[in-house]
Amino acid sequence: MRVMVAMSGGVDSSVVAGLLHEAGHEVIGVTLQLYDHGAATARKGACCAGQDIHDARRVADRLGIRHYVIDAEDRFAKAVIADFADSYARGETPVPCIRCNQTVKFADLSALAIGLGAERLATGHYVRRIDGPDGAELHRAADPGRDQSWFLFATTRQQLDMSLFPLGGMTDKRTVRDIAQRLGLGVAEKPDSQDICFVPSGAYTDVVAKVRPDALEPGEIVSSDGRVVGTHEGIAHYTVGQGKRLGNAAVVNGRRQFVIATEPTRRRVVVGPRDSGTRLVSLRDINWLIPVPEEPVRCTVKLRAHEPPRTARVRTQDRHIIVELDEPALPAPGQACVFYHADRVLGGGFIARTNA
Amino acid sequence: MPGAAMHYLDANATQPLRTEALQAIIAALAVTGNPSSVHQAGRAARRIMEDARDAIAARFSARPQDVVFTAGGTEADAIAIHALAPGRRLIISAIEHDAVRAAAGEPLILPVGADGVADLPALETLLGDGTPSLVCLMLANNETGVIQPVEQAAAICRRHAALLHVDAVQGGGRLDVSLPALGAHSLAISSHKLGGPAGVGALLLAPDAPFAAPLTGGGGQERGRRGGTQPVALIAGFAAAVAASQSDDRAGMARLRDIVEQAALAAGAVVCGDPGNRLPNTTCLGLPGVRADAQVIALDLEQIAVSAGAACSSGKVAQSHVLRAMGLGDLAGQAIRVSLPWNVSRQDVEAFAVAYPRMAARLRSPLVPHAA
Repeated sequence: MRVMVAMSGGVDSSVVAGLLHEAGHEVIGVTLQLYDHGAATARKGACCAGQDIHDARRVADRLGIRHYVIDAEDRFAKAVIADFADSYARGETPVPCIRCNQTVKFADLSALAIGLGAERLATGHYVRRIDGPDGAELHRAADPGRDQSWFLFATTRQQLDMSLFPLGGMTDKRTVRDIAQRLGLGVAEKPDSQDICFVPSGAYTDVVAKVRPDALEPGEIVSSDGRVVGTHEGIAHYTVGQGKRLGNAAVVNGRRQFVIATEPTRRRVVVGPRDSGTRLVSLRDINWLIPVPEEPVRCTVKLRAHEPPRTARVRTQDRHIIVELDEPALPAPGQACVFYHADRVLGGGFIARTNA
Repeated sequence: MPGAAMHYLDANATQPLRTEALQAIIAALAVTGNPSSVHQAGRAARRIMEDARDAIAARFSARPQDVVFTAGGTEADAIAIHALAPGRRLIISAIEHDAVRAAAGEPLILPVGADGVADLPALETLLGDGTPSLVCLMLANNETGVIQPVEQAAAICRRHAALLHVDAVQGGGRLDVSLPALGAHSLAISSHKLGGPAGVGALLLAPDAPFAAPLTGGGGQERGRRGGTQPVALIAGFAAAVAASQSDDRAGMARLRDIVEQAALAAGAVVCGDPGNRLPNTTCLGLPGVRADAQVIALDLEQIAVSAGAACSSGKVAQSHVLRAMGLGDLAGQAIRVSLPWNVSRQDVEAFAVAYPRMAARLRSPLVPHAA
């Protein structure tokens, strides 16, 4: 069948293209040009495309498959980068990779795939798609260390139906690199990508500063009873749960302090001891990957990409979704809360600001 | 994978090599010799090169001594601007190729109308202030094929003592071009756009054109106007292609182009640019609501090679500055260029006429959620 493969130029999606081609499918490789690489790295004369697009094209050449570069700069700037900066300005901690998966990758690429007559859209994500009685199910990857299911909770059921994740069953990365080697792909030993792709220097606040300078204006750090205990250099530096970058406010009355809230309108960061957590988490932009449940659901939830799952109950209240955690936590607004039943993703949403 | 049955309709990107050019290249490659050398080997190479120069000069009614061989159209434009611009303000049309745009720095822009034709009264106004100027106006646009009023522009320039450089990369070889008749001061032409090899082109200078300084002086080749050993075999192929292009059937070409256009119009496309005033091989087809890159990909999957906008070396399809300058709005990102090569067949255009409506129907289907 005709399969579109989203190729980033990294080893994972390259191997996906290689495996599908080897299996006899008609593979169409597509690489998204997400931002002007030359401008992002501030290197004069650098090509807008960067090395990754070159690598993806060379892999396609080697495999002998079709390959196209899609200009998604405008869409990415609006749907991902602007949203990223706005979210920080609202006092949240966004997950741009989820937004990108949700918009540019799955929404737009599956639309293009359908338009080009492809039956499937394959990516190099480490998740498993399993056909169940109610359609396609999303499951954690076989390799728990590489599982990316948290980042894909917002994929719609329709999109999931046409997705393929050939790496979900790989037990370790070495196997993937070995396949790349066997297929003669130049990217076999290319290092894994790090962090946020459009922040090459690693200083995400530089990007925020360009789009939303207001998120980097100084303000006060206050304790939960409103006392000023320090100052900060912009709320974009803070995430709920964070214990760093608090200066004099790091310890109050002999107790270690953590960010428990941000107040963007007053430009304040609120700190408190670790046990100031909450059991109730309110979510927005819910996506269910199971038929919408009518009864509360017992499940495990993950409030951050890299943390062990917590037990909880998810219920609907006035069309809002409320997660009741068994143990209190410090959920960060803007992050995702993803529901699991064992390895299966049931759905999820973005953590809403409770005092917004 | 793409293979035998491809229908190549992207001549304005590059043309298939003509047989005459291939034979001339092979013959010249067998000759050892640097045209600057004193000995008989040098003389043999020089003779091939000078025969080529004579032939190309004759085709464009230029003097052989005014033909400067270059590495291609881009370099010819760059040399012209470098040599003619000192002491002059630059005015370029809004639809110039990047070769001119990049070399021009920060020029004044001569606007074009919705028909894609440069606005001559505006040129008159711009030059009216008496500032010494170099004007760049292309002979025919690479995206729309629209032919520009170069003769009239030259008359205006000469009346105001301004210089005129003409990028004739697309028009040269597909129209009858005479440098003195045009009245321009310089003309850039490219070999591979008319069926010769890539990697060679020429700058043709009018006898009265000034030449301030070369871009690369090197060993003083090309009468000190372009240094570097000339690629004799490519130059021989270039001249052979120029000669062969004279017997192209332009009327037949235009009829085949009309088949392409009728099929697209019937499927909901609109033609961008003045339809009555174009290169016979080119049409620019806007399909409202459908991204140009998706159209190019869908047609490639149907074994039809066309292009859109300004193809960046990264392969992405950027929005067309030409169509934007024509005030086409969103359509500037929704148009493809179909340009028929010298050896186009009826089968090629008929394949397009079948594939285009299929592509349009598929990409416009309500099943396809509207991508960005």
